[in-house]
Amino acid sequence: MSTTPENQPPPPPESGEPTTWTAKLALYQRAGGVITPMLTTLLALIIAGIVVRLTTGESPIDTGRAIVDGSGIPWLIPDSLIDIRDVAGTREFWDTEELARNNAEVNLQQTLIYTTTLILTGLAVAFAFRCGLFNIGGQGQFFLGAILAIAVGAELTSLPRGAHVPLALLCAALAGAVWAGIAGILRATVGAHEVITTIMLNWIAYWVGSYLFSLGGPLQSDRSKEVPISNDVQESAKLHVWWPDPDNLQGLHIGFFIAIAALVAFWIILNRTTLGYEVRAVGFNPEAARYGGISVSRNYFLAMAISGLFAGLAGAVDILGWQYRYGQIDIQQSDIGFVGIAIALLGRNTSIGIFFSALLFGALLTGSNTRNLALPIEPELAGNMTLIIQGLVVLFVAADLLILYVWRARRKLRIPQRRQPGSAQS
Amino acid sequence: MSSTSPRARQPLIAPAGWLRSGSRSRQIGMFGVGLASLGVWLMLPPFAGDLRDMTDSYELIPVYLGLLAVAAGLWAIVRGEAKWGWSAALAGLLAIVVGSAAAQGSLADHEAVFVWSSLIAATLRWATPLTFAAIGGMFSERSGVVNIALEGMMLSGAFFGIWGADRFGTWGWGLVTAMVAGGLFALVHAFFSIHLRADQIVSGTAINFLALGVTGYLYIDLYGAEGTPPEVSEIPDVHLGFLDGVGFIGPIFGEMNLMIWMALATVVLSWIVLFKTPLGLRIRAVGEHPRAADTVGISVYLVRYSCVTVSGILAALGGAYLSIGFVGSFGENMTAGRGFIALAALIFGAWKPFGAFFAALLFGFSSALARSLPEYSEQAALLFETLPYVLTLIAVAGVIGRSIPPAAIGRPYEKQ
Repeated sequence: MSTTPENQPPPPPESGEPTTWTAKLALYQRAGGVITPMLTTLLALIIAGIVVRLTTGESPIDTGRAIVDGSGIPWLIPDSLIDIRDVAGTREFWDTEELARNNAEVNLQQTLIYTTTLILTGLAVAFAFRCGLFNIGGQGQFFLGAILAIAVGAELTSLPRGAHVPLALLCAALAGAVWAGIAGILRATVGAHEVITTIMLNWIAYWVGSYLFSLGGPLQSDRSKEVPISNDVQESAKLHVWWPDPDNLQGLHIGFFIAIAALVAFWIILNRTTLGYEVRAVGFNPEAARYGGISVSRNYFLAMAISGLFAGLAGAVDILGWQYRYGQIDIQQSDIGFVGIAIALLGRNTSIGIFFSALLFGALLTGSNTRNLALPIEPELAGNMTLIIQGLVVLFVAADLLILYVWRARRKLRIPQRRQPGSAQS
Repeated sequence: MSSTSPRARQPLIAPAGWLRSGSRSRQIGMFGVGLASLGVWLMLPPFAGDLRDMTDSYELIPVYLGLLAVAAGLWAIVRGEAKWGWSAALAGLLAIVVGSAAAQGSLADHEAVFVWSSLIAATLRWATPLTFAAIGGMFSERSGVVNIALEGMMLSGAFFGIWGADRFGTWGWGLVTAMVAGGLFALVHAFFSIHLRADQIVSGTAINFLALGVTGYLYIDLYGAEGTPPEVSEIPDVHLGFLDGVGFIGPIFGEMNLMIWMALATVVLSWIVLFKTPLGLRIRAVGEHPRAADTVGISVYLVRYSCVTVSGILAALGGAYLSIGFVGSFGENMTAGRGFIALAALIFGAWKPFGAFFAALLFGFSSALARSLPEYSEQAALLFETLPYVLTLIAVAGVIGRSIPPAAIGRPYEKQ
C-alpha cells in the first residue's frame, strides 16, 4: 500500500485500525460530524414511534407533541402556547393561556433540573472516555456524592451559608473522586479492568447507601423513625433557587450554572492544559503515549478521579438543589448515572454535544413523566419508552462504527488510486 | 489491512505475571484457614463475653469470617491448590456452624435465623438464577465476547417467561418463550459486537437499557396496574418420594424445583462440553487465539454467534426461574442486579463451570443469609449484600491472586 516513507503522510489516527474507543470516536467524529448523532436520535425516535403505534394504536405524532409540550420547551417560544392547549385533552386542564404558560414554565424548570444532573453524569463518563476508559460507575459515584451531601448538608449544623454549600459540594465531589479513583488505581497498578471494578463499586455503593438510610441507620432521619429516609438538608446548605417556580414549589437552582461551568472546565482541561493533552494522548493510543514519555498509569488514575469528581458533584447538586433528602427508595429508583453513558456517547464526549444530549434526555424524562396528563398513552409507558430510546441511542452509537468502516473503506480505495500516478512520476 | 496490534487493546483483566505464582493460591488457602480459626477462636470464652458487650449481633462475626474463609478456599481450589483450599472451605463451614450455634444458644428468640435445612434450600434457590446466567456468561466470554448484558437477558427471560406461561397456558411454553427472547437479545448483542465490531461493553450496556425498557413497557402495556395474573402456570417442584422423612436431606432435596435440578445438570453438561469435547476445544481456541483458530479452519464468527446466543438462552432461563419458578410474578426491573452478581460469580470462579457454580452457591448463600437476617438485624443484612461485590473486587484487584480471563476477550475479530 505504501511506497516510501517520504511519500507517506504523517500517520493520522485513521490510517490504521483505531486502537482505542477514543480513537474510534475521534475518527468517527471526523467521518460523521454532527449529522449522525442527529440521525441516531431521529432513528431511535422513529422506532419508538412505531412501537407506540403498534402496541397502543395511539398516534406517535400526538405522543411526541405531548412529550415536547410536557417538557416545557415551548415556553421559550410564546406563540406556540396556543398549540399546547390544542393537544388532545390539554384544554380541560389549562383553560386560560396564563395557566398553560405557568405550567410550561414549571415543566421547563423541571427539564433544566434534569439537564443539570445529566450534564454532570455525562461529563463523568465522557472524561474517562477521552482517556480510553469506560467509566460505567457513574451511578455509584453519584450515590457517594449524594450520601456525602446529606452527611455534610443535613447533619452538620450551625455553619454559615457561605461555608456550608461549598463544603458540602467539595466533600461530595471528593467522595465521587475517591470512589472512581479506586477503579483508577486498580487499573493503573494491577490492570484490573475498570468496567468490572466500577460495576462492583456501583453495587457496593448501592447497598452501603441502603444501609446508611435504613431504619436506625447512621444517616436515617431523627424525626420519622418509620421511614428509611435521611434528615432534610439545612437551610444554610441549600442551593439558591434563581428561577422560582410560579407555584413556589421547586424552581431552578444555581446548580445549573455549576453544570455549565463544569462543561467549560471540561473543555479547558482537555484542550488547554498539559493534563488534558496527556489524557487525550493516552486515550488515542496508550502505547504511543508511553513511548512519548507520558505516564499512562498516572493518567488512568487522574482521568478516573476527575470523572468521579463530576459524578459526585452531580449527586450533591441533586440533593442540595431540589431533593433535600435521600432515602432507600431514591437509591432503588435512581438510574441517572447510567443515563450519563447514553449522554456521553450521543454527545461524542464533547462539551457542546453533552449539553445538547443532556437537554434532549432532560426533556424526554420530563415530558414522559407521570405528571404529564396530556400524554395520549399511559405515562408509565412513556417512561419506559424513554428507556428504550436510551438503549437504542447507545446501540446505534455502537453501530456508528459501521459508518466508520464504510468511510474508511472508501478512503482506502481512493488513496492507492491517487498514489499510483504520483509514485510513477517520482 | 493492518490488524490490531496485540498490546494496543487492554484485555478485560490484564494478566500480571508477578501475581500468578503457584504458591499464591496456597497462601490464600492458608489465609482462609487462618480466618476460619480466628472466627472459631473468637467464640471461645474469654472473647465471646467481651464481644457480646460490644455488639448485639456478635455471632455474625464468625459467620462472616467463615464465609470469607470459604471464599478463599474456593479461590484456591479453582486455581489448583486442593489441599489448603479444601481445608479453608471446611474450616470456614465449621466457623459458620459454630457462629450459628452460638447464635441459637444465646438468643432463643432468634432461633429462626439458622435453620440449616431451610437455609441450604434457600441457598440453592438463590443460586439457581445466578448459576444459569454465570454459565451462560462463561460460554460467551470463553469464546471471546464480553457479556455485561447478562442482566438484561435475565430480565427479558423473567418477563417473557411469565408472559409465555400466561399466554400459552403452561410453564413449558413459558420457558420456551423466555429462551427465544433471551436468544434474540443475545443475537442483537452478537451482531453488533461480532459483525459490526462495536465495543462489546457499549453494546452490552445498550442491551441492558433496552431489556429494561422493553420489559417495563410491555409489562405496563399488557398487565398494567393489576400485575401479572396470580394463577399463572409455575414451574413445578420435583417430589422425590424416597427422601420423605429422611432427616436433613429430605427437606432440601426432596422438594426441589425442577429448575434447580436443571441448573445442576447445566453445570455438569457445560463442563463436559467445554473441556471434554472437540466443540469445547474450538470454543476455547476462539477465545484464546482467534487467528490461530481461523487458520485451522474453525469459523470464528459461527462459534462466537452460537456461544453468545447460548449465553442469552441460559441467562433467560435463570430469569424465567425467578419469575415463574421462585416468585410467581413479575415486577419492573425484578432482577435487580442479579445479572451482575452472576458476572461476579463468573469472574470469581475463574471462567470455569464448577468454579462459577460454587461462586454462585457462595453468593446465593450470602443472599439467603441476608434474607433470613432482617428479623435479626436489618442493617447487617444490608451490608451482607455487598459481599459478592467486595469479594469480586478483591479478586480482580489481584491482591490475593487474580482471575485470568480468556486471552482474546473483548477483542473483535476481523477476518483476513
